[in-house]
Amino acid sequence: MTTTYAVLSEGLEKRFGAVRALRGLDLAVAEGTVCGLLGPNGAGKTTAVRLLTTLLRPDGGSARIAGHDLVREAAAVRRRIGVTGQYASVDGDLTGRENLRLFARLHRVRGPAARADALLERFGLTEAADRKAAAYSGGMRRRLDLAASLVRQPDVLFLDEPTTGLDPASRARVWQAVRELKADGTTVLLTTQYLEEADRLADDIALVDRGRVAHTGSPAALKALIGSHVEAVVADAGALPRAAAVLDRLTGREPAFDRERNAVGAVTTDPTLTLPRLVRELDAAGVPLLDAGIRPPTLDDVFLRLTGQSAGRADSTDSTDSTDSGERAA
Amino acid sequence: MSAMAYDGLAMAGRQLRRVRNSPGLAVLTQLMPVNMLLFFGYVFGSALAMPGREYRSFLVPGLLVATAAGGLMTGMFQAAQDTHRGVTDRFRTMPVSRAATVLGQAVADLVVTAAGTVPLLLTGLAVGWRIEGSAAGAAGAVGLLLLFRFACTCAGILLGLLTRSEEAAGQLGASSFVLPLLSNAYIPTDGLPGWLRTLAEWNPVSAVTTALRDLFGNAPVPEGAAWPVAHPVAGSLVWSLALIALFLPLAVSRYARAE
Repeated sequence: MTTTYAVLSEGLEKRFGAVRALRGLDLAVAEGTVCGLLGPNGAGKTTAVRLLTTLLRPDGGSARIAGHDLVREAAAVRRRIGVTGQYASVDGDLTGRENLRLFARLHRVRGPAARADALLERFGLTEAADRKAAAYSGGMRRRLDLAASLVRQPDVLFLDEPTTGLDPASRARVWQAVRELKADGTTVLLTTQYLEEADRLADDIALVDRGRVAHTGSPAALKALIGSHVEAVVADAGALPRAAAVLDRLTGREPAFDRERNAVGAVTTDPTLTLPRLVRELDAAGVPLLDAGIRPPTLDDVFLRLTGQSAGRADSTDSTDSTDSGERAA
Repeated sequence: MSAMAYDGLAMAGRQLRRVRNSPGLAVLTQLMPVNMLLFFGYVFGSALAMPGREYRSFLVPGLLVATAAGGLMTGMFQAAQDTHRGVTDRFRTMPVSRAATVLGQAVADLVVTAAGTVPLLLTGLAVGWRIEGSAAGAAGAVGLLLLFRFACTCAGILLGLLTRSEEAAGQLGASSFVLPLLSNAYIPTDGLPGWLRTLAEWNPVSAVTTALRDLFGNAPVPEGAAWPVAHPVAGSLVWSLALIALFLPLAVSRYARAE
């Protein structure tokens, strides 16, 4: 059986004046899966989505969305996609209900009024349905945005940072909606700055760095590649060597010290290293332990490891050395 | 029904709902020409050679056309606002006829304009303006007025799509009040120095204003004016149709274009 790709791009290029926003973006999203486009601000995520949703014209390369050529069959592409992003918004001067009815009509949905009501109900907006969208809270607005891109079930849904700035309850609601869509067979391409979000939703993650896909893989594979950060904080600096010896033995990696905080840390990819075991081992070695933790990798860790630069400083000067001290084998 | 007509109606419906949801803005927009009629009619009218009632009759067609020229500002502001707020981009990711979006906005604007001239006409009647010509002439005048409004709105939509920023559109729009000042909308042009008179008479606002005065029977066509004013009905039609032929396709293609 061959895999069918809902989104398939090869060498997509986009320049804005002297800035090369995309420098050969290759992306393959299998039908019915959720792909997380993960990267720092300025990496090219939004440009990629704007290109793939026909809003921008590529300067080079090609892409097919749901089997249709992005440039030559743009109209067919638009019939198969849904888009939610900070730039593709609803009309604030219309009520939630009016917005959804308008979009349903434009999508030729049978019974636009009933469809609007069903979506309002599904996204918890029934009570606010007749208020102007401009008066909605950030979370409600985002839910209305999402509902608007679902008036007719799209084959491919593009979500550009769907939960940035949302409170946890609204975020959970958006996540739930994405899972339901996937269960219905919709392919989802979502961009995010949060590793946790990609981890929870995505079957595959594409790391975007400086206009290219730097790495692709499942969230588990990505995290296994990076490892978790194990840390112990001790009561006095004299105990640091003992703690470091324990960490060295447990992780097989050379620990790094943070002497200001009386802390020592190391990276592990061992799933059997749990917090109770870590605490027991440190205690057994007589370490006056104040705090201990096993922290999953952050986006910053992932970027540092895979692209050699921090997620927060993606636009800074290039760094070719992608190995940090904590990763050298002991 | 063709896809474009269906989309166009849906888009026009959207614009009309926006006006209904924010009636304050529409009321303020309509208050402006009414205020100008009262100020100009009584303050300037007293200082001009024309007697008061005669000047106010002269002024009402001018204000109707000046208001129609405001389509430039309204069209620009709405298009810039939609672009700035991301509404335009959502429509552009949807299978919506590109022409329908522009036409829908312009057609809805005509409905709002037609309704919006009622307060001005009523105030005009109260201060002495009358339809002194035939009913057919008056109907023709309304037709020319709406056609000119449509042309101005098309030009405005293009400018709005190009500027994108609400602030810039607001600034640019505010300066568009100069357009009727450099025409015969508020004053007769025969007293102007030669070159200024030529400029004012080639302003499309002058042709349409003269046509309205002629068709409403408020004032005769002035002697020795430039061609569009000397032949005001033909001049108005040529001006409006030329502006539409230029700006409507440009607005649609600008809207449809992926950058």
